[in-house]
Amino acid sequence: MVKIHERKFVSADPDKCVGCQICEYACSMTKEKAFNPLKSRIRVVRINQVVNMPVTCRLCENPACVAACPRDALTQSEETGVIIVDKDKCSGCGWCIEACDYGAIMLHPDNKVVHVCDLCKEKGEPQCIKWCPEEALDLVTSDVLAQKARITAVKKLMKEAVQDATKAK
Amino acid sequence: MYGYAGRVLHVDLATGKTVVEPLNEEYAKRYIGGIGLGIRMLHDYSKPGTDPFSSENPLILTTGPISGTMWPTGGNGHSFVSKSPQTFGVGESKAHGSFGTELKRSGYDAVVIKGKSDRMVYLWIDDDSVQLLDASHLAGKSPGETEDAIREELGDYYIRVASIGLAGEKLARIACVINDKTRACGRTGMGAVMGSKNLKAIAVRGTRDIVAAKMDEFMEYVKEFHERMKGPATQKYRALGTPENVLVHNSLSCMPTRNYRNSRFEGAEKVSGEVLNEKYVAKVIGCSSCAMRCEHVVVVAEGPYKDTMTRMEYESLWALGPFCGVDKLDAIIKAMDLCNYYGIDSISAGVIVGFAMDCYERGILVQSDFGGVDAKFGNAEAMVKIVDMMGKREGIGDVLADGVKFAAEKIGKGSDKLACHIKGVEVTGYDLRCLKTAALGFAVSFRGADHNRHGAYAFDVKGKVNRLVAEKGRGKMVRDMEDVYNLIDSFIVCKFSRGTYYKELDDMAKLYTLVTGFEMTPQQLKLAGERIQNAARLFNVREGLGRKDDSLPWKVMNEPITDEGPSKGAFVSQAELDLLLDDYYESRGWTKEGVPTSAKLRELGMEDLAHTAGKM
Repeated sequence: MVKIHERKFVSADPDKCVGCQICEYACSMTKEKAFNPLKSRIRVVRINQVVNMPVTCRLCENPACVAACPRDALTQSEETGVIIVDKDKCSGCGWCIEACDYGAIMLHPDNKVVHVCDLCKEKGEPQCIKWCPEEALDLVTSDVLAQKARITAVKKLMKEAVQDATKAK
Repeated sequence: MYGYAGRVLHVDLATGKTVVEPLNEEYAKRYIGGIGLGIRMLHDYSKPGTDPFSSENPLILTTGPISGTMWPTGGNGHSFVSKSPQTFGVGESKAHGSFGTELKRSGYDAVVIKGKSDRMVYLWIDDDSVQLLDASHLAGKSPGETEDAIREELGDYYIRVASIGLAGEKLARIACVINDKTRACGRTGMGAVMGSKNLKAIAVRGTRDIVAAKMDEFMEYVKEFHERMKGPATQKYRALGTPENVLVHNSLSCMPTRNYRNSRFEGAEKVSGEVLNEKYVAKVIGCSSCAMRCEHVVVVAEGPYKDTMTRMEYESLWALGPFCGVDKLDAIIKAMDLCNYYGIDSISAGVIVGFAMDCYERGILVQSDFGGVDAKFGNAEAMVKIVDMMGKREGIGDVLADGVKFAAEKIGKGSDKLACHIKGVEVTGYDLRCLKTAALGFAVSFRGADHNRHGAYAFDVKGKVNRLVAEKGRGKMVRDMEDVYNLIDSFIVCKFSRGTYYKELDDMAKLYTLVTGFEMTPQQLKLAGERIQNAARLFNVREGLGRKDDSLPWKVMNEPITDEGPSKGAFVSQAELDLLLDDYYESRGWTKEGVPTSAKLRELGMEDLAHTAGKM
C-alpha cells in the first residue's frame, strides 16, 4: 500500500500557465475522442489577464467527495489515490461537486454522471502534462510541492534580505 | 460534416425570429470559412447601395473550419463581415481568444444578423436555444464590464461574449467588437454596425463535441506544429512581441511619426518593445488552443495611470505613441485601455489623434476645440484626453470618432490633406513612402489601409526588394501574399503563426483535409484564396469603389521624407502608383479599372457573381 504523501497528482504553476486551455483539449481528446472542454477533467480558470490557472483533482486524503456521496459511488484507489467513479451507482446528484473545494469533480454533459481526473491511467501518464506547451503542469507529491514552495519562499526571503543589506550600506 | 458545424443561424432583430439553415457546402469548399465565407454570404444577403447603418445591412459572424479544434492558434478564431461604415465596401475583421471556439461548439459556422431592434438587446446563443434579451442595463458599459455582467446574470462564468462599448452604441465609425476583454475585431467599424442594430453583445455557450475527420492523423499534425511553434518562426511573438518593430522600423526610417511629418521618432528608445517588456509586461498569455502565446499584458505600477492593465501590440503602441509624437509608455498604455473601454479601434484612434494634433499645430483646430487642452504633438496627457473624448463622442471627439476622412470633411480648411487613410480606414505603422511594395498592398486592400490584408511590407523591411523603387513584379508579389492572407483569415488561423507553415499552401491543404475530410489540394486552396479576393473586389465594385479608391494618403504622395537616413526623399508619385496598380491588376486578371474580367471569373468558377462586375 502506498502512503498518502507518496501519491502524485497534477499540479499547476500559475506563473507559467498562459491560459491556453490546451490541457482541456488534450484531456477531452484522450478521454472522449472529441474536443470539448465540458468533457475535460482539468479546467482552466482565468480571473483576469494575468491570473490563469488550471484546476484538477488533488487526490486529497480523506476526500470530501467520497464522504459526501450518499450512494457510495465514489471510492479512492488505495494504490494511486485517484477517485474511482462507479457509473452504475452515480445518479449525478451533485453532492460530491458541492463537497469539493476545488471544483475538480464535475458532471459529464452527456451521461450525467460525475467525472474526475484519473491521471490517464490508460496512457500511463497524464496527457495534459505531456501536451502543455508551457510546462506549467507537473505530476508531483505533496512533499515535492512543499519542497518547491519552501525553495521559492527562501529565495524570495533571501532576495529581500540581500536588498535590505544593500540599502543599509 | 467534420470541421464545419454545417449550420447557419439567421437572426432578425426586428421581429426576434430565428431560422437555422444548412451551411451551403459549395460555399464552404470554395470560400473556406471566416472572412471568405462571410464575404460570399454578404453578396447574398445585402442589396447594392445599402447604407451601412441601415437595418438592411447584414452583420455576419463566422467561424472557420478549424475553429473548435485543438489546432494551435486555429481553434479559436471568429470574424465579423458587413458593409463597412468607413469604406462603404467590404468591412471585415477577425479576432482570436475563446469566442470562436465556443460559437463553433454551439453548432454554427455563421450567424447572419439582420434588422434593427427597437431597444438595446443582446443575443444569447445557448446551443439550439437562441434568444434576444434586454440589454438596457448594459448601456454605456465597456465590453469588459458587459462580459462580466452577462456571465453573472446568466450564471455561467465560461460563457463567451463579444460586445461593443459606448462608442459602438453611439455609432462611432471606428467602433470595434471586443471579446475576452482584450481581443478586438478592430478594423472597419464592425462595432458601429452592431450599434446601429441596437445589439449590445453576443453571448455564446456551446456544448457540442468538435471532431476532426481524421482524428489520429490530425493529432499527429498538431504535435508536429506544437514543435514548430517552439522554434524560430514564432520567436518574435513569444519574446518581445510585435513592439519589437519600434526600433526596427525606426532604424529603417519607416515609422510614420507625428502624422507622417517624419519617418523616424527621436523618442523611439523610450517606447521600444525592449523598454515595454522590461518595465510594463506583467505576463504573456495565450488564446484558446494556442501553443505559442503572444499576448503581452502590461500593467502600470505607478504614476497617474497606476493599475492600468491592458494588452499591447506594436500597431496600437505606434499609433498612440510615435504617430502622436508621444514618448510616454504609461500614457500610451492608458490610452490603449481607454480604446478597449469605449470599444474603438486603437490603430484608428491613434491615427486620428495624430491628425487632430496636426490640425491644431496648423491652426485648423484651436485649443477651445479640445476643451482647453494644448493638443500639440508629444503632449501625452492631451493624447489620452482626445481618446477619451472620442470614446464618449464629446466635443471635438464627436467629430473625430468617425475617423479622419469624415472628420476632415466636417473640419474642412484643407485638413483632408492631413487625413492619413485609404478608403476611409486609418493607416497603420508602416511609412508607405519608403516601402513601395507595402504601398501597393495598402492601396489595393479591399478593406482600406491595412497591413493585414497582404503583409507585403515583409519584402520591403526584410530587404528582399529595393523598397524605395516601384517596379513591375510587385503586383504578383502582393497578389500571392493576399491569397495566402485570405486563407489565413478564412481557416481561421493566427497570422502570428504563419511562419510555422513551412510549406505554406501544402501545409494548409493538409490541415484542411485532415479536419474536414474534404480532399483539398494546394492548387485548389490557392484558387480559393484568389476567389475570396475576387469576391471582395466584386462587392466593392458593386458598391461603386474602383481604381480611384485604390489610392494613398495625400502626404504619402506629396510630402517626401525629410529625415536624414536611408529613406530621405522618398515618396510615391502618381506615376509610380499607376505603374504598381497596372501591374497588380494585370497579374490579377482584372481590367485597367480594377474590375475582375468575365474570363477570370469563369476560371475561378464564379459565374454566379459575374452580374456584379457587369454593372460597371
